[in-house]
Amino acid sequence: MYRIIEKSPLVPNIHLVKVDAPAVANKAQAGQFVIIRVDEKGERVPLTLADWDREAGTVTIAFMEVGKTTRQLATMRAGDSISNFVGPLGNPTEIEKFGTVVCVAGGFAVATIVPIARAMRAAGNKVIALMGARNKSLLFWEDRLASVCDELIVTTDDGSYARKGVVTVPLKEMLEKGEAINRVIAVGPSIMMKFVAATTLPFKVKTIVSLNPIMVDGTGMCGACRCSVGGETKFACVDGPEVDGHQVDWEELFSRQRAFLPEEKQSLEMWQRHQAEATKVQT
Amino acid sequence: MPKQEPEKRGSNFTEVALGYTHEQAIAEASRCLQCPKRPCISGCPVSITIPDFIKVLLEGDMAKSVQVIKEANSLPGICGRVCPQESQCEAMCVMAKKNAPVAIGRLERYVADWERTQGIAMPSMPKSSGKKVAVVGCGPAGLTTAASLARRGHKVTLFEALHEPGGVLVYGIPEFRLPKAIVNSEVNFVRSLGVELRLDWVVGKTVTLDELLGNGYNAIFVGTGAGRPMFLNIPGENLGGIFSANEFLVRTNLMKSYLFPAYDTPLTVGKKVAVVGGGNVAMDAARCALRLGAEVTIIYRRSEVELPARREEVENAKEEGIIFKLLTNPVAFHGTSQGRVESVECIEMDLGEPDASGRRRPLEKKGSNFHIPVDTVVVALGTVPNPLIPQSTPDLKISSHGTITADDRTGRTSKAGVWAGGDVVSGAATVISAMGAGKLAAADMDEYLKG
Repeated sequence: MYRIIEKSPLVPNIHLVKVDAPAVANKAQAGQFVIIRVDEKGERVPLTLADWDREAGTVTIAFMEVGKTTRQLATMRAGDSISNFVGPLGNPTEIEKFGTVVCVAGGFAVATIVPIARAMRAAGNKVIALMGARNKSLLFWEDRLASVCDELIVTTDDGSYARKGVVTVPLKEMLEKGEAINRVIAVGPSIMMKFVAATTLPFKVKTIVSLNPIMVDGTGMCGACRCSVGGETKFACVDGPEVDGHQVDWEELFSRQRAFLPEEKQSLEMWQRHQAEATKVQT
Repeated sequence: MPKQEPEKRGSNFTEVALGYTHEQAIAEASRCLQCPKRPCISGCPVSITIPDFIKVLLEGDMAKSVQVIKEANSLPGICGRVCPQESQCEAMCVMAKKNAPVAIGRLERYVADWERTQGIAMPSMPKSSGKKVAVVGCGPAGLTTAASLARRGHKVTLFEALHEPGGVLVYGIPEFRLPKAIVNSEVNFVRSLGVELRLDWVVGKTVTLDELLGNGYNAIFVGTGAGRPMFLNIPGENLGGIFSANEFLVRTNLMKSYLFPAYDTPLTVGKKVAVVGGGNVAMDAARCALRLGAEVTIIYRRSEVELPARREEVENAKEEGIIFKLLTNPVAFHGTSQGRVESVECIEMDLGEPDASGRRRPLEKKGSNFHIPVDTVVVALGTVPNPLIPQSTPDLKISSHGTITADDRTGRTSKAGVWAGGDVVSGAATVISAMGAGKLAAADMDEYLKG
């Protein structure tokens, strides 16, 4: 069992959890993920690392409330324990002195881009970070991201804060201006990563994306996370999760991510009914 | 062997084989001639002194009968159920020539089950050797090695990547063939010997072999199995609804998806399932799919004679109503506009001359393509070892198939202080051969640790 040391909401429906997991903290590197299972009946789900403290033996993950598991996790508090916390899994981000690296993060993936930006900067890269959200109320960690990059551009879809537009707009501008960009790293919803890759393709800038398919074991034994990259089948959990964004069969990824939609809906509805009844009993 | 009726058992996950009554066990044990040559022993991968345990069983000393088995095999409740005795001990039995061999496996199961009802006896333990051993992988090879080393006085830590111990015993072999209560009971026996079990430890990620050796472990045994699934590599294979047998079985057996939504992991198979492959794993997947309410077809490219699965499991599958489409091979999967599989395009096969494996080579019959409509496909072609340990241990010699190179008799690998055994060395094989490898390695490791 892994104790939750701290838990806090970042913005509506996005939470940060710090977990006591010394073995994972000891080996954690930017770009890696953990597989968690909340309780005995729970499913195994991947969550990317946001932060870790090797001395204290803690690992921090961020998550957005989507289905049953994340909503259940959202109800947990400091002092509660989760059943399983496995990692660190996946290949870490390839960190080298590339020159200028643009880190693009969408949604709650801002949390996971921070350690990547930090590592890139430490390796001597000029780091430009782009972070986007639907509106101002969903932005978080702006200061933290600013502290690990040389330049930060924030966008909101509705223009309620900073630049209006999606996160690919400033990226396209930089590329069209002819700015020297050696590498782009994009982490976030798969549709966002697809558009980032499409934006950089005509400019031939190497673009790394962090694949986020459904996973079960996360250690390479089942193939649930298989994706086509460059026409070859790769397991995101052991061959990735980071791969060349220009080589990904995005439509296949989207369709595989939808494979259990009816069951996910059923599970969530059952959970919501259960929560409603539990609240009724209390009152 | 009394079994659940096919119609009834096709909709439940409880064990199919019901086990002998005491009278049946005695009657069967009486058939053993106690012949002087004892060829059955040479048929056993761990050399259980079979006629001795049978003799003691007949005399009524059940506890002693178990002890005799356990001198050679620490997991009799498991082996009695899943060993292919028909090609091992029972194939060598002198009675096999005349009529039926003595049902050695069923007798082993009988005494093991008896012991479980009594509470498993603790063996006497030697003094501590002061040596620490890391065993990686809590499957049959790891459990056997851990038990053997613990019984020789060494302090063993067993590292397991998944959240439950047992390896294939818990994620692969279904409940109706090997109840998990039995696996738990055997794991608890191993832990009662002082073995420390650490779940959620992915060796190769959470810790490397070099880090273990640097952290005070005097020796390491790698028993990580062959857990990476092979795919057909034909068009459409990544469509939704197509699973490797590992994913299908992990969802069903380990994550208990047949209890969804009480358990969170889903697996809806729909009405028609095709399972590609002919081994024990294909049979297990097919019989799980049947129990999930589907009409199941096994697609296999050779004929019935070449099916690698245990005869007994093929018979069980047929009795349960599973359709066998033999001399058939998939060439492509076709899907809906939503990206979900809806049919398997197959081609008929003929058998030609034997290939390298000694089996007749399957040859496509050009133009014989046809479609099988499906909702779900399970690809059960076989597995190869997981790459995480080789990737993080550059000086560990690996074969071109991804297996760890290890000595046949000792399990020694190219890396000092590291042994390996089971599927990670041999490629996908049986529980009992993994146990045999574990025994040999433990003996050699013991000499090394005490030397």
